[in-house]
Amino acid sequence: MATHPPLESPIRSRPTRLSHLLRSLEIDVRLFGMIGALIIIWIALHLLTDNTFLTPRNLWNLAVQTSVVGIIAAGMVFVIVMRHIDLSVGSVVGVTGMIMAVAQTQLFPLGTEWNWLATLLIGLLAGAVIGAFQGFWIAYQGIPAFIVTLAGLLIFRGGAWLLTEGRTVAPLDSNFQLLGGGLAGSIGATWSWVVGLLAILAIIVIAVRNRVGRKRLGFSVRPLWAELLLAGAGIAFVVAFVLVMNANLRPRTDIPHGIPIPVLILLGVTLIMAAIARLTKFGRYIYAMGGSPEAAKLAGINTKLVTLLVFVSIGVLSALAGAVATARLNAGVTSTGMFAELHVIAAAVIGGTSLGGGVGTVVGALIGAIFMQSLQNGMVLLGLTSALQQIVIGLVLIMAVWLDVVYRRRSGLQE
Amino acid sequence: MKVRFLLAILVFVVLGAAAAQPIRVGVSWANFQEERWKVDEAAIVAKLHELGAVYLSTDARASVEAQLTDIESLIARDVDVLIILAQDADAVLPAVAAAQARGIPVIGYDRLLEAEGVFYMTFDNVEVGRMQARAVFEMQPTGNYVFIMGSPLDPNAFFLREGQQEVLQAAIDRGDITIVGEHFTDGWLPEIAMRNMEGVLTATNNQVDAVVASNDGTAGGVVAALAAQGLAGLVPVSGQDADHAALNRIALGTQTVSVWKDVRVLGAKAAEVAVLLAQGTPLDAIPGTTIFTGGPREIPMHSILLAPIPITRDNLNIVIDAGWVSREVVCHGVDPAAATAPEVCK
Repeated sequence: MATHPPLESPIRSRPTRLSHLLRSLEIDVRLFGMIGALIIIWIALHLLTDNTFLTPRNLWNLAVQTSVVGIIAAGMVFVIVMRHIDLSVGSVVGVTGMIMAVAQTQLFPLGTEWNWLATLLIGLLAGAVIGAFQGFWIAYQGIPAFIVTLAGLLIFRGGAWLLTEGRTVAPLDSNFQLLGGGLAGSIGATWSWVVGLLAILAIIVIAVRNRVGRKRLGFSVRPLWAELLLAGAGIAFVVAFVLVMNANLRPRTDIPHGIPIPVLILLGVTLIMAAIARLTKFGRYIYAMGGSPEAAKLAGINTKLVTLLVFVSIGVLSALAGAVATARLNAGVTSTGMFAELHVIAAAVIGGTSLGGGVGTVVGALIGAIFMQSLQNGMVLLGLTSALQQIVIGLVLIMAVWLDVVYRRRSGLQE
Repeated sequence: MKVRFLLAILVFVVLGAAAAQPIRVGVSWANFQEERWKVDEAAIVAKLHELGAVYLSTDARASVEAQLTDIESLIARDVDVLIILAQDADAVLPAVAAAQARGIPVIGYDRLLEAEGVFYMTFDNVEVGRMQARAVFEMQPTGNYVFIMGSPLDPNAFFLREGQQEVLQAAIDRGDITIVGEHFTDGWLPEIAMRNMEGVLTATNNQVDAVVASNDGTAGGVVAALAAQGLAGLVPVSGQDADHAALNRIALGTQTVSVWKDVRVLGAKAAEVAVLLAQGTPLDAIPGTTIFTGGPREIPMHSILLAPIPITRDNLNIVIDAGWVSREVVCHGVDPAAATAPEVCK
C-alpha cells in the first residue's frame, strides 16, 4: 500500500515565535493589541500636544471624563453579547439625572447627611424600573430590542423635559456633587494607596489560586517566569495608576487629590460586571444565549428572565452614570447624556464585543472607552473643531472594527 | 325679487363668516426642549388669544429635516402667517420660499432667516455680545481670555462673537488681552462646554483670567469646570437668557453677568406683528420697523430689534420685580450677612 505524504495545507501560515509565546502565556491577544494601540495613541497625543497629554492632571481629568461612558459600557457588553442593543441609554442618563436633581432639591432637604444617598437610591430605582419596562417588551413580548430602546430614547428624553419643563435645576447637594469628582470628590492619597494595596493583594491571590487550582486539577500551567511577568505587570500598572492619581494636587495646595470617586465607581462596576461574566452561572448563561439562543433555550436556560435582568442591569448602570454626569455638572440639565449611546456602543465594539453576539469582554469595553475618550480629550487639547473631532472618531471606529474582523479571520484559520 | 333678496342675504352671511374667520398663526419651533422657549410660547399664545387668533405649533426637536416637514404641514393646515425659529437658518429656506409662494408672510423669530420679504424679530444679538464682553472686561481688563461660543449652526452665535470682539478689540490690539482658548459648543450643550473648558484649563495650566461664555447653559458648564480647579468666583464668566440657575450663580458670585432678554416682550410683539401681517399690512407699515443688513448675505430685512438688559449682582432686582424669577430662587444659598452678598439678598 502506498503511503500518502502528509498534505501541506496551503492556507495555514507558519506559527510565529510571537504567537507561540503569547499562546503559552495564555494572554488574550486581542486585549494585548488593544492595550498596545492605546499606548501608541497616548504617546502620539503627548507629543502632538506639547507634552500636555500625559501629565497627571490631564490623566486625572481623562479618568473622570471616561467614567460616564465606561460605567454604561460595562453593561452594554452583556446586552450586545446577547445579540440585543440598547439605544436608550443616553436618554435614561438624562431622565434619571433629572429625577435625581429634582429629588435632592425639591423632595429632600438640601444639606442633610443622607440627602445624597436617598437621591442616589431613587435614581437607581428609576433606572431599574426603566430597564424592567424595556426588558419586559423585549423578553416577554418579543419586540426587537432596537425598536423598544429606540422608543425608549424618545420617551425618556421627553420625560426628562417634562419633569421641570426644560428648566435647569441647580445648584445641587454638596455631598451629591462629590460623585462627580471636582474639587473635593476624590479619596486622598492615603485611601488611594489602600485601594492600590487591595488591588495588588487581589492580583497576587488570584494568580496563586489560579496556579494552585490548575495544578491540582492536572491542567497545564504557565511557565513560572510568565506568571511572575504577568503578575508583575499588573502590580506595576496599579502602582503607576495610584502614583498618577496622587500626583494631581489640589489647586494652590500640596494636598494630592487621589483617586476620584467617579473613577472608583467605574472600577468597581467593571470588576463586578467582569466577575459576573466569568465566575457566575448568570454570566455563562448570557454568553451561551449569545452564542446560540435556540441551544440555550433547549438547554433549559430561562432566556426570558436572563434578558429581562440584563436590561434591568443596564438601566441601573445608566442611572449610576446619570448620577455621575449630573454631579459633574452640578446641575440637572435635560440634555445630559445626549449621544451617549453612540459613544457607549463604540466603546464596547472597539473593546472587542462583536455585534453578531456571543463575544465580548467587560475589560475590553473599558479599554475601548478609555481609547475613545483619550482621542476626544487629546483633540480638545489640540484645539480641533468639533466637526473634525467627529470625523476622526468615526474613522477610528471603522479602523478598530476592521482590525478586529481581520484578526478574527486570521486567527480562525490558524486554529 | 324675493330670490335676489335672499341671495343678497346669503352673500352677506358668507362674507360675514369669512371676515369672522380667526387668523391662524403657525409657529415652527426648532427645539422646544431648551429651557427658554416655553416662556416665548406662553407670551405668544397669550397675545394671540387676546387678539382672537388661533395658535398652531410644531417642534422639530433639533432636526433640520423635521423642521422642513413641520413647515409644510403648517402650510397644509391653512395658516395665515408663519413664525419660524430656525434650527438651521440656511437649510430652512426652501420651506420659507414655499410659504412665500403661497402668499403666507413669514416672521424669522429670534434667529436670523436671511431671505427677501421675511420679517426679522429678535433682540439685538450683537448688542448682547457687547454687553457680555463689557461686563467681563470691567471686572478683568487684562489677562488671558477664553471664548466659549454657541452652536456653529446658529447665526446668533456669530453675532454674539462679533459683539464680544468689538468691545475687546482695542484691548486685544494693545496686547492687554490674550485669547488662550476659543471653542464652539455643539448644540449649546453644557456638557460639551464643560469638557472644552476643562481642556483649556489643562492646556493653559489654569492661567485663565476671564471667560466670555455666550449663554447661561454653557456658562454653567464653564463654572463647573472652574469649580473643579478652585477657580469659581475668581474668574469672571458671562452668560445670556437669565436662567434661574444663572441668576443664582450671579448672586453667589460665580457668574458675572447674564444678559436678559425679556422674551415675554418679544413673544407678544411677534404675535402682534404676525396678526398685522396676516391681515395684509405691508412690511414697512409695521410700527417700529428698522432695516437690518447685518446678515452674512447683507440682504436688507425689515426687522424689529429689541434692547436687551445686562443683569449683574447690582441690578438683580430688575428681574425679580418684573416677575421673571422669585427672590428665594435667586438668593438660594447666599449668606445675607456676607460682605459679598448682593443687595437684594440682604
